[in-house]
Amino acid sequence: MSQAILTPEQRLATHDSAALGETLVEIRDLEKRFSLSGDFLEQLTFEKGRLRRKQEYVHAINGVTLDVKRGEALCVVGESGCGKSTVARTVMGLLKPSGGEVCFDGTRIDNMPPRDLLPYRRRMQMIFQNPYASLNPRMTIQQTLEEPLRFHQPTLNNGEIRDKIEDVMRSVGIDPDWGKRYAHEFSGGQRQRISIARALAVDPEFIVADEPISALDVSIQAQVLNLMMEAQEQRDLTYLFITHDLAVVEHFGTRVAVMYLGTLCELADTRSLFARPRHPYTQALMSAIPRLNDDKANHIRLEGEVPTPVNLPPGVYSMAAAHMPMIAVVSRFRA
Amino acid sequence: MSQTTPSAATASATTPKTNSIVVPGRWQRFRESYLIYSFKRDWMAQVCLLIFVAMVIGAFLAPLIAPADPYDLATIDIMNSELPPVWMEGSDPDFLLGTDSQGRDLLSTILYGTRVSLLIGFGAVILQALLGVTFGLLAGYMGGRVDAFLMRMADIQLSFSTLMVAIVVGAIIKATFGGAVFSDYALVLLILIIGLAEWPQYARTVRASVLAEKSKEYVDAARVMGFRSRRIMFRHILPNTLSPIFVISTVQIANAIISEAALSFLGLGMPETQPSLGSLIKSGFDYLQSGSWWITLIPGGVLILLVLVINLLGDWLRDVMNPRLYKG
Repeated sequence: MSQAILTPEQRLATHDSAALGETLVEIRDLEKRFSLSGDFLEQLTFEKGRLRRKQEYVHAINGVTLDVKRGEALCVVGESGCGKSTVARTVMGLLKPSGGEVCFDGTRIDNMPPRDLLPYRRRMQMIFQNPYASLNPRMTIQQTLEEPLRFHQPTLNNGEIRDKIEDVMRSVGIDPDWGKRYAHEFSGGQRQRISIARALAVDPEFIVADEPISALDVSIQAQVLNLMMEAQEQRDLTYLFITHDLAVVEHFGTRVAVMYLGTLCELADTRSLFARPRHPYTQALMSAIPRLNDDKANHIRLEGEVPTPVNLPPGVYSMAAAHMPMIAVVSRFRA
Repeated sequence: MSQTTPSAATASATTPKTNSIVVPGRWQRFRESYLIYSFKRDWMAQVCLLIFVAMVIGAFLAPLIAPADPYDLATIDIMNSELPPVWMEGSDPDFLLGTDSQGRDLLSTILYGTRVSLLIGFGAVILQALLGVTFGLLAGYMGGRVDAFLMRMADIQLSFSTLMVAIVVGAIIKATFGGAVFSDYALVLLILIIGLAEWPQYARTVRASVLAEKSKEYVDAARVMGFRSRRIMFRHILPNTLSPIFVISTVQIANAIISEAALSFLGLGMPETQPSLGSLIKSGFDYLQSGSWWITLIPGGVLILLVLVINLLGDWLRDVMNPRLYKG
């Protein structure tokens, strides 16, 4: 982890130039709503003398369209509750989208039966937020890493599996001798490296990382981030990186998608986004980054609360317009 | 831990990769496991296991070690009835713990009776566990309608008491096939009755812990890997719900033994000819007032000891089976 870390652009340039720019994951008009109304009996209400069925939804994602290009690290940022984790989980098939589609390498995967999905499962992996919960406490590290390999590549014999696991453990900086231990014997940073190893073990092309460093110590965050960047260089990975830390985005991302209330506000190259944020929400978000030369609090203050995503009016763009007044009341340069 | 870490690290640093993977044998791993380590340091567990093993061995080797065969009517002499234990006046040295009202040797009858009680206890709990764990896992993991259906079934099942199920089933079997058939199959029937009546205890406990485990990210990680529901349920979630299952199992074995004793005491369980501890207590109960206390109190003491030892072992096992408790 000591060698010079390349900038996102340089990393992108190390990729096979023919494959560059080709879309790996395509997200089209993705929508996800969660019902708030419980089961059928709880939905029935008695209004003006007649029974009516009433359903309420949380609109977690409202028509997000996003392309993830091969070899890039696309960062999704936004405040908590804006639906960025839901996007990650829907792309991975952990949640079924309520509308829209997800394509991987040209094939639509969101409505595939689980059996047909298996070859794609191997090619896309996920790293989770909480390293304390994402490793099975009853399995040794060896078992945790072995299981996906045995499942996806049943033709490998024991020796090959062992070699491969040793390899991947070393590449994330974990001593292969530690394999006999359980997850609770490791620190948070070590655990996160183990879960990265688990994702890398099946040789994926695409990794969704759902706030992988936000549960870690600041001193460990950089280590894990650098590890992920190294892995990207060595294995030609594509990342969809969910985060709320803009400093990480600047360091890690090739492109940035800013989300607000389940919609995409702005999608731009990291450099141009940080140089010239266009959307007012992005500008507000950017101004919240603490700077060393900050002697006066000149960040844009957003008044009021984020609107609740329950029962949003239909039509995503009218919704986006609906929240604009909130940004218009931003009072700049409050001393 | 703190001592092994540096040595393991230096060993891997100095020696080449060849001998780094030493897979110890199954027996060696068992001997070095925390289970044995903790057992060696807990005299309570040792005493309990000793008593429990002694009782189990005594019970299952009863035909070999018992001085008499209480099932063999030819050896029983009614003239020997109600003899006191050897340390009391008027006893017969042939009968160490005295005899019951029919002249059966009490020690032999207790050994045979313990065997029946243990068989019913373990049999019923295995049946309960199979049903309860499967239904609990399904209800917790699948959720929705499956959950609603299974849990309503459990509610209905719980609203019948074990006693009522036993009375109804016993009455039906006795009425249709006659008392003799009931006596022949009493053991199996009791296992079925107690097993079927108590599975919701397991199902509810398992479901509750599955709900807690299901929301953890390692389950999502397993789903992302594409594992099938059955594999996730049984290989990932079930091992993490084992500690409550162990706790409830020991309680349930003890409960099943007590249920059986209660049913037998009421005359709904094991017949007089193949007595369990419960039916022994019952048969002596009539003589308690007339001074023959040993026919009731000695089997009663054995029953209490058996249940107590199982419960204490269960407590110890619960503490040991949870890796987070000892190494976290």
